[in-house]
Amino acid sequence: MTDLSAHSDLEHGGHEIHYDPEGCKIGFWLFLFTEVFLFGMLFIAFGVYLTGYKADFQASSAMLDVKMGGINTLVLLTSSLTMALAIRAVQVDKKGQSLFLMLVTIGFAVVFCVIKYFEWTHKFHTGIHLGSAETFGVPSVLTDMPRGQQLYFGLYYVMTGFHAFHVLVGSILIMVAMYYVANGKVNKDRITLIENAGLFWHLVDLVWIYLFPLFYLIK
Amino acid sequence: MASDAAVAHKQDYVNFFNTKKGIMSWVWTIDHKRIGIMYMCAITFFFLLAVCLGLLIRGELMVPNAMTDGKPFLDVFSPLFGGVTGGDLYNRVLTLHGIIMIFLFIIPSIPAIFGNFFLPIMIGADDVAFPKLNLLSWYCYVLGAIVAIISVAVGGIDTGWTFYAPYSANTSANLYLPLTAAFILGWSSILTGINFVVTIHRLRVKEMGWFEMPLFCWALYATSWIQVVATPVVGITLILLMMERFMGIGIFDPAKGGDPVLFQHMFWIYSHPAVYIMILPAMGVVSEIIPVFSRKTIFGYKFIAFSSIAIALIGSLVWAHHMFTAGMAYEARVLFSLLTFFVAVPSAIKVFNWIFTMFRGSIKMDPPMVFAVIFIILFSIGGFSGLVNGALATDVHIHDTSFVVGHFHYVMFGGTGVIFFGAMLYWFPKMFGRMYNKTIINISAIMFFVGFNTLYGGMKLMGLNGMPRRYADYVVEYAQIQKISTHGSWLMVAGIFLMFGTLFYSVFKGKKAPDNPWGGATLEWTVQTPPPLLNFDEQPENIRGAYDYPEVVAEGEPKETVGV
Amino acid sequence: MSDHAHEEHHIMPIKTYILVWVALLFLTGITIGASYVNMYKFTVFTAFFIATIKVTLVLLYFMHIRYEKPLYTWMIVAVLITYGIFIGLTYADYQFRW
Repeated sequence: MTDLSAHSDLEHGGHEIHYDPEGCKIGFWLFLFTEVFLFGMLFIAFGVYLTGYKADFQASSAMLDVKMGGINTLVLLTSSLTMALAIRAVQVDKKGQSLFLMLVTIGFAVVFCVIKYFEWTHKFHTGIHLGSAETFGVPSVLTDMPRGQQLYFGLYYVMTGFHAFHVLVGSILIMVAMYYVANGKVNKDRITLIENAGLFWHLVDLVWIYLFPLFYLIK
Repeated sequence: MASDAAVAHKQDYVNFFNTKKGIMSWVWTIDHKRIGIMYMCAITFFFLLAVCLGLLIRGELMVPNAMTDGKPFLDVFSPLFGGVTGGDLYNRVLTLHGIIMIFLFIIPSIPAIFGNFFLPIMIGADDVAFPKLNLLSWYCYVLGAIVAIISVAVGGIDTGWTFYAPYSANTSANLYLPLTAAFILGWSSILTGINFVVTIHRLRVKEMGWFEMPLFCWALYATSWIQVVATPVVGITLILLMMERFMGIGIFDPAKGGDPVLFQHMFWIYSHPAVYIMILPAMGVVSEIIPVFSRKTIFGYKFIAFSSIAIALIGSLVWAHHMFTAGMAYEARVLFSLLTFFVAVPSAIKVFNWIFTMFRGSIKMDPPMVFAVIFIILFSIGGFSGLVNGALATDVHIHDTSFVVGHFHYVMFGGTGVIFFGAMLYWFPKMFGRMYNKTIINISAIMFFVGFNTLYGGMKLMGLNGMPRRYADYVVEYAQIQKISTHGSWLMVAGIFLMFGTLFYSVFKGKKAPDNPWGGATLEWTVQTPPPLLNFDEQPENIRGAYDYPEVVAEGEPKETVGV
Repeated sequence: MSDHAHEEHHIMPIKTYILVWVALLFLTGITIGASYVNMYKFTVFTAFFIATIKVTLVLLYFMHIRYEKPLYTWMIVAVLITYGIFIGLTYADYQFRW
């Protein structure tokens, strides 16, 4: 598998690392599966409590703003499109186009987070939060609500928060991809990195596709 | 009869120990063999540490009513645990024993040490698919271990290794550190799993098909899939528990409508498949050892291979048999009890195949084989008591008694732990190029076996008579058998230390071992001892089947040491 | 490296991406619309069903599963079955208890 020159390489550095795009892709899909189960368990918890506290969950769902959630859905779906097109641009060797499309994708990610931020702070101001009155300025009204509603909002903050965290990580991955596309290390012959960043971004989108109707539309 | 030419050949290659010297060459190494050796050092250290903790627990249980009489044995050690005393201290020692054994020893033991070291060699690759990820995985392990140790220094926790809510959501002990530690160790496990799956898919030598792989690789493949699929479940469970403590989201808190049983569901959805993460690689090693020392082809290769996959699949269907008395629906209990019995099928297939492999073989009772046989005996005992636990009606009686403790020590320690020794003895000459004193090891094996059965057999008897698990104190009726059990633990631990002492001595002073001391047929025995840095000087060709014993036996008896 | 050639074969036209995107937006509209119709028991189910169609579209086209080796499809199916088992058996408890 290796000749003597490789041996002398080893004494200086370490193994030469083979580039195996297929292997990297399988590996990244396996990683995505771990994410599927991470969110999957949250969805199971949500489902269990939805069956247990149906009326409370529906009442709480009515308190969310469908408009904001809907816009966020559009934003994420469109960002998925731009990311897919950015990968395609690298495949056909259009570096500038790819960088622009990734920048747009990150722009959408920012828009998503800003909307999320307003949604959350609005909820905090009306007293729907898990903290103390000192931290949020208003006392929590959550403790006076029925148990199902407390659970609903607990899960709402955890799940959307967890998703928002993944949006953040995804954006960072895309920035890394931009860096490597810009300096040419990722190109149409070595495309794994941007492809995997794209896969992660689509996964974030997939999670939201389920989150949105389950939280906003069950009234 | 080593000819001069062979000796010269031996000296002019660079093995993975002497390619590069110095501590930094180990810290930044991406060589799977060095990473395996580092895991071996760390895991053995933690194992021996947790064995000592287990001895402390046995010491506490030596006399009845120690707590009520105000003379707990463990109080001597309270300065080590931030001054906690009495029953609290017992709970913390017990939890620590569990956490170290589970998260730092059994789960990583065989895959991380022997999987890392031998999987690439067995399939003819020069490293795992992602060597740098492998190093990252090792550092996750180190970081997790450090966090776990810090958590002890600040007082330890008293929840047991299972972290059951709602107690864990309310206890005053600092739970964030151990939860973080378990979370990081989970990442180590996931990364290793991803690495192995890709390695097996992509790096097999061209002429080795799926069904020409050694069975250890099949076992690792199934294990790695469980690691990838199940570990994130416990990750999110621990995160939820931390959030519960931090913000009170209510998901496990009955006061807010949450259901603590959901915690148990989520915990066991990971932790039950995790027992197969622990046992499957051990079964893989047994499938390697038995044909070598029976000088016979493995019986029913495909059955063993598929039963590994079947165990992985069925193992994810049965988690709630840990929760029969937790307040689940009756219907669910019956269903899970039924499903549990199906797991016995693939396990039994393996045991029968091993026994048929030994049948009419020319068995050599060398230390690895001795431990493989001990494995079959102890694992069968543990497996049968597992059926007692799995049957709903009997489980209600013995739940939370020391019968359960005895059961899982039989399958986990008598299974995975024993094969951890067995694998170490089997591959020791290949890893270090030295041979150990077989007689001493066989004596230690007998001490271990006798001590083990006295210790855990005693636990089972007590459990049947109603001795609860996790109790620091007990009534005088159990005094006799507790005492016998504790004496057994001394014998067993003496055996363990005798064995590790011998091995440690042999790393430096043992006789030189040849390339193939046992006469094995798998690829790792065709490379030099210790293996060269890139495993194979040339891409292996014309490899023989992993279990072609008529052919190997025809080549004559293997030499166990060089120059005799 | 034959794998490179393999990747280059599957450059989808921009039109396909746009069409998939339009379909996704359309389905989002349907989900929101459907939530205003009272379907009693089936509200959650409908939302879930449409979401699954959307997810399939993203998987097949944006994530290229349609053009990858069958291995990927098999892995995804295996994972989904496992996840389905987790859901099903958890509900085996809650369905009878709550």
